[in-house]
Amino acid sequence: MVTIPGLMQALSTSNLTKTYANGNQALKGINFSVEAGDFYALLGPNGAGKTTAIGIISSLVNKSGGEVEIFGHNIDTNLEAAKSCIGLVPQEINLNLWESVHNVVLNQAGYYGLARRLAGARTEKYLRALRLWDRRDDQARSLSGGMKRRLMIARALVHEPKLLILDEPTAGVDIEIRRSMWEFLRAINAAGTTIILTTHYLEEAESLCRHVAIIDEGKIIEDAPMSTVLRKLQREVFVLSLAEPLTEAPELNGFETVLRDDCELEVDKGPAVNLNDLFAQLNKRNIEVVSLRNKANRLEELFMRLVEKKQDGFKEMVGQ
Amino acid sequence: MNVALNLVAMKTIVRKEIVRVLRIWVQTIVPPAITMTLYFIIFGNLIGRRIGTMDGFDYMQYIAPGLIMMSVITNSYGNVVSSFFGAKFGRHLEEMLVSPMSNATIIIGHVAGGVLRGVLVGLLVTIIALFFTKLEVRHPFITISIVLLSSVVFALAGFINAVYAKKFDDISIVPTFVLTPLTYLGGVFYSISLLPDFWQKVSLANPILYMVNAFRYGILGTSDIDIGTAYAILLIFVIVLFTACQQLMHRGVGIRE
Repeated sequence: MVTIPGLMQALSTSNLTKTYANGNQALKGINFSVEAGDFYALLGPNGAGKTTAIGIISSLVNKSGGEVEIFGHNIDTNLEAAKSCIGLVPQEINLNLWESVHNVVLNQAGYYGLARRLAGARTEKYLRALRLWDRRDDQARSLSGGMKRRLMIARALVHEPKLLILDEPTAGVDIEIRRSMWEFLRAINAAGTTIILTTHYLEEAESLCRHVAIIDEGKIIEDAPMSTVLRKLQREVFVLSLAEPLTEAPELNGFETVLRDDCELEVDKGPAVNLNDLFAQLNKRNIEVVSLRNKANRLEELFMRLVEKKQDGFKEMVGQ
Repeated sequence: MNVALNLVAMKTIVRKEIVRVLRIWVQTIVPPAITMTLYFIIFGNLIGRRIGTMDGFDYMQYIAPGLIMMSVITNSYGNVVSSFFGAKFGRHLEEMLVSPMSNATIIIGHVAGGVLRGVLVGLLVTIIALFFTKLEVRHPFITISIVLLSSVVFALAGFINAVYAKKFDDISIVPTFVLTPLTYLGGVFYSISLLPDFWQKVSLANPILYMVNAFRYGILGTSDIDIGTAYAILLIFVIVLFTACQQLMHRGVGIRE
């Protein structure tokens, strides 16, 4: 079991394995731990094993081996206490679509043993917080995709879990709602709820999470604080919009440059130089920069490198 | 086990089931009422008049307990199988599986829902029967306990069917090919004393025969079988089926990967 002395572990897994009946080995002995109060990103390509890991932690999938502890409660020996600590927002919409919005949340409170009066108060609290109170009498099937996702968050929070697990909560949600959900998640994390997030929007993970683990082919290939992970990224590519068109890319010491079109210059920055050097050299050449942006999100770039490294190995193996 | 938590959770499942039954009353309440009214009109009134008496009762009076029991059995079974399979199919069963309530609570909650619908429909059919014939309950305790035990047995059986079902066809196979024939051959419409010896002995292997006859004994005071045997069989079925449900839930058959 991975534990850090002196820190309360919200979750720790030890040598967690899962082999499905069809022989697919989804998890090959993963070990990771999440500190209480953390905002933790669990990333990985499709089929990497994220959802299987979350399924085991939340008791929806039977594990093949290993151990899981949630706030010190082992799921093999103290499942009831372990489950009480978790709120789950699954990847797939799993609402009773014929039930009213209000009853979806109220029933979930009942399943966690909340007395009717408290359950009613909590239902109102979280439906209001997720801006669904006005739709409380509507059937869940009448909600939009984004509203259904918010309803699943309200449902997961109604028993006020210490650990909230969100499996791609913003998939298919428009940017405005996504950003309001980020603010909401930041607020409940600040209030003390530990959050584990899986997402395909790496900008989301970089923006929200303080710790990141990357899982690929059933193994953890990276597990560190976000800042440490991002520091590993030695190179960054910037795209500069220029005020005047150029005919060819300028040669800049310490930078690789490519002219994407007349007014767009791509600059690859190595570890030994900084952006001041870049602008000094551009000033000398009277090249005026209107705006600048990262070509790719930093975490996305690192993620692709880690995952592509494995794919390159695979290509070499099959002789491509 | 946290008893208070599980009691609240069980009440929540039962309340949800009642809301479901009442929300889709056109599917859950009306069809059995219409079907049983037709049975009373056709078998009891039109054909029954030509049949005369059975075991000393007019035919309408004789079949009424069997028809009430038939509606209780089919509705208890049907409610659990459709509700639990629907939850599994729509994946909102996960709401219960992630919660700290015990497997027994999930089973008992759904069974209670099935029993409530079975009893509700049974009461409705009884009221309809009273338009056609006179019914006096001779043994109230036997009548009520047999109805409840039979309802529990078939609700548990419906639960097992739902656990194994993978598609909607799978939840209609058992009612169509097992439940309906056993009910029709379970002495609803006739006394097994009318059958040749061999078929009388074969009929004794049909558990529904014991339920129908014990219930008929409770109302009319006449039965083809021993009431003690009926209780023993029902209790054994309750224990065996509940244990099977517990095992299936524990192993996650059909519900957990």
